[in-house]
Amino acid sequence: MTQKIYAGVTLEVNDEGYLLEKSQWTKEIAKAIAKEDNLELTDKHFEVIEFLRDRVAKGEALTIRSIGKSGIVDIKGFYGLFPGAPLKLATRIGGLPKPVSCV
Amino acid sequence: MIQKEEFPLKKVCIICAKGSIEDVYATLVMANGAVMEGIETKVFFTFFGLDAITKKQMTKLHTATVGNPAMRMPNGWAFPTLLGAIPGVEAGVSAMMKSQMEKLDIPTVPEFLEMITAGGGEIFACKLATDMFKLKKEDLSDEVSDIITVGEFYGLCGGQGTQIIFT
Repeated sequence: MTQKIYAGVTLEVNDEGYLLEKSQWTKEIAKAIAKEDNLELTDKHFEVIEFLRDRVAKGEALTIRSIGKSGIVDIKGFYGLFPGAPLKLATRIGGLPKPVSCV
Repeated sequence: MIQKEEFPLKKVCIICAKGSIEDVYATLVMANGAVMEGIETKVFFTFFGLDAITKKQMTKLHTATVGNPAMRMPNGWAFPTLLGAIPGVEAGVSAMMKSQMEKLDIPTVPEFLEMITAGGGEIFACKLATDMFKLKKEDLSDEVSDIITVGEFYGLCGGQGTQIIFT
């Protein structure tokens, strides 16, 4: 466990950089985390992040498929917004725990 | 002190040669899982595995109810082989498996193929097997990039940090 400073706030993160307390998350923190990955967040990014945070709050599993069905972005668009490993990246930027789903 | 150097997986080349639900899904879940991790992914379908990418067959995959020792009744009892041989039983069991998967948000075969290519993965069909089953490019899913030879497939499998997986 380590501490990191994002947008002037000291936060606890795990070894992989995920925030330990999702309630501490703000849009400013998201922008600061994204900057480390050379990612400039747009409104579309935040729409996806809000969708993910909403699902986690409801206790639902996060899957790539659910994002494709969200109506916000299709799967190709999701890979475009968060390049590489999109679900891991989006949850880390969104202050959520790393998803445990396989699909 | 011993330095432990790690070499992360960069590319997977997955081969699917069988056409039952469980064999095809093993390939699809592993391929999509790799794409989700940002690992470059190539999938090669050959022999009966071609059913998974053939438009006519891809939504009609079955699981074997005969000669499958892991097959169980919903209550956990062993599934009698003779029962599995009765017409319609295999279709019923397969439909049940598919409904269970839908509950877990596991995509259908065509949707899975789309998810893999949407994330940058590539899907190929085996030249020899398509010749044997008399299949043409237009008989195959639109997600299939090309029909290629084994040699061409190996050509795609180069590079450090690449693994070939035969499901």
